Amino acid sequence: MASATETITAPVTAASHRSELVAFAIMAAFFVVAPAFMYPIFLMKALCFALFACAFNLLIGYVGLLSFGHAMFFGWAAYFCAHMLKEWGLTPELSIILATVAAGGLGLVAGALAIRRQGIYFAMITLALAQMMFFFAVQAPFTHGEDGIQGVQRGKLLGLFDLSHEMTMYFFVLVVFLAAFLLIYRIIYSPFGEVLKAIRENETRAISLGYKTERYKLLAFILSAALAGLAGATKAVVFQLASLTDVHWTMSGEVVLMTLVGGLGTVFGPVVGAFIIIAMQSYLAEFGQWVTVIQGVIFVACVLLFRRGVIGEIAHFLKIRL
Amino acid sequence: MKKIVGAVAAATVALAWSAAFAQSGTQKVKIGVISDLSGLYQDIGGPGTIVAAKLAAADYAKINPNLQVEIVAGDPQNKADIAAAIATKWFENEGVDAAVDGPNSAVALAVSQVAANKNKLFVVSGAATSDLTGSKCNANTIHWTYDTWMLANGTGRAVVKTGGDSWFFLTADYAFGHALERDTSAVVEANGGKVLGKVRLPLNTHDFSSALLHAQSSKAKIIGLANAGGDTINAIKQAAEFGIVKGGQNLAGLLVFSTDVKALGLQVAQGLVLTETWYWDLNDASRAWTKRYQEAMPGKIPTMVHAGVYASVLHYLKAVGELKSSSDGRAVAEKMKAIPTDDPLFGKGMIRVDGRKIHPAYLFEVKKPEESKYPGDFYKLRATIPAEEAFRPLKDGGCSLVRS
Repeated sequence: MASATETITAPVTAASHRSELVAFAIMAAFFVVAPAFMYPIFLMKALCFALFACAFNLLIGYVGLLSFGHAMFFGWAAYFCAHMLKEWGLTPELSIILATVAAGGLGLVAGALAIRRQGIYFAMITLALAQMMFFFAVQAPFTHGEDGIQGVQRGKLLGLFDLSHEMTMYFFVLVVFLAAFLLIYRIIYSPFGEVLKAIRENETRAISLGYKTERYKLLAFILSAALAGLAGATKAVVFQLASLTDVHWTMSGEVVLMTLVGGLGTVFGPVVGAFIIIAMQSYLAEFGQWVTVIQGVIFVACVLLFRRGVIGEIAHFLKIRL
Repeated sequence: MKKIVGAVAAATVALAWSAAFAQSGTQKVKIGVISDLSGLYQDIGGPGTIVAAKLAAADYAKINPNLQVEIVAGDPQNKADIAAAIATKWFENEGVDAAVDGPNSAVALAVSQVAANKNKLFVVSGAATSDLTGSKCNANTIHWTYDTWMLANGTGRAVVKTGGDSWFFLTADYAFGHALERDTSAVVEANGGKVLGKVRLPLNTHDFSSALLHAQSSKAKIIGLANAGGDTINAIKQAAEFGIVKGGQNLAGLLVFSTDVKALGLQVAQGLVLTETWYWDLNDASRAWTKRYQEAMPGKIPTMVHAGVYASVLHYLKAVGELKSSSDGRAVAEKMKAIPTDDPLFGKGMIRVDGRKIHPAYLFEVKKPEESKYPGDFYKLRATIPAEEAFRPLKDGGCSLVRS
């Protein structure tokens, strides 16, 4: 972790930004071309999870807080969005925005409780809150329990673009993803982001410098929750359903796995990690129960052999920031 | 230079696009089996459903060798979003004409929605929810084997009529359990029985002891298990340890398959009352079919889900054979509803306008170990529920396809 940290906290110069800009251009170009040779629904799912992992990474990678309850923001935003689309008949963009705000609100409550503690206690509090929200999802009538909210119509974006068309939907998801990605990037390198990194490195020192670290941590938590909610709401529109899978605690675990495989505290790591994990789930599905075994092996290999994650190792090898 | 690079990039994109969208239009029939190949339902459905679909294709080839049938399989891992992705991919890109099975309600509802959007066909066997032919019905979905209404009604009514007139429920505390408990209670009371009490337990309960003691002291003749899967198995196991059945009370499982009984063993499961629409040892035709099934799946007992997949695929192929086209899902579904069903496993029957397949259901009691004469000899028949009473009346479902 130490050496990876050094690369991240190195002074920000124009040259070090360049590698990230090039990588961003490659990533954006790849996603524009990708639907031609990859299945669009798979890509949309991967993009949603990539955004989810990026939101999670904002918290663990840059504030050093391991939340084990991010599924509650992801899954509940999916429920909110599906409910608003289906029962209230709102437009997709309004549903997504409101669901994102709702996830942020949930993040405010959960964060206000959880940030008072650190390390394992923080993880446990977030897990406990997420389990409560899971129980609520199982019981509440509007979530329809095991069946989930199904048969949601995608509707028309801004009343103009018909999202039931697969390609329109794809480019909408792509725009959402890239915009959120740039927002996260902006947050990380803003003065606010620098304070977050200072808190991660040494919270006591940050306090002694006069920063009210609790407020910074809470704001970071809310941002991360809202962005996770954005990912969940978008996923609900893509799949036209919201189900218990997305609020289950295993989803909180999966996002940790994605971030670790891709590279903790790297900008692009969570995107790559999400693609690896989602591709495994989609393309290895024929191996049945072996999927979880393969996932486990990859996780162990990742922790033992390349602890910086795929992108972290590449960045370390090339001595650039990604 | 920049212009050339741009032109090459644009050309590559255009080529790749056209290649991706050029694949369509095959003349044979392609069926996708969407089933739990790896998780908790793999014995109820799982690999056996692929075998059942292949047997149906082989049998249809004897009637009409001109139709080429291809069968593919997908595992949604019991997640609705993965199921929707698989179904969309099948219908859009891989030329699949119909999906069959669907291991649980969430998955089945998701696939049903996709089938309606893409105008393909979905024939459900494994999933339970009666919403598929009720409030969430559509013209592209047919529900073959069983549903929650039939389970509640079948077990509830038949048990009350055969003397089990006082009930106590152990209910899984979520939508599915509540629905089963509510529907079964209504049926029990409508038939003159009494519900003496109920205990609600969270999903994945491991300790049923206090609930079982409660049930024991209620002196109810029947303990209804309004739960499924692992919860049912745990409840039955612990009930055996408490000597509930030996003490004169009977367990009624509202969703139990023959593979669950096999897993539990007769020593534990004896006396359990349950409803199924098919049992391998029901008659000569089902025994003969089971023998063929076991050539591919040695030592496995087929469930009603496997039988449902076989029968529904056979009927589907008949409809496609008559239509000479499989591309329009709605048309095939209409044809399937128009021609009466007739197969070796479920006998003669029909498919209603709401997509509900109609056939008799059977109330079974699990045998005592000393009554079982050969492997797989699990049940004795307690009552047959005639086809017209087994399923929810057409007008009660709230399906939009039914014109009142």
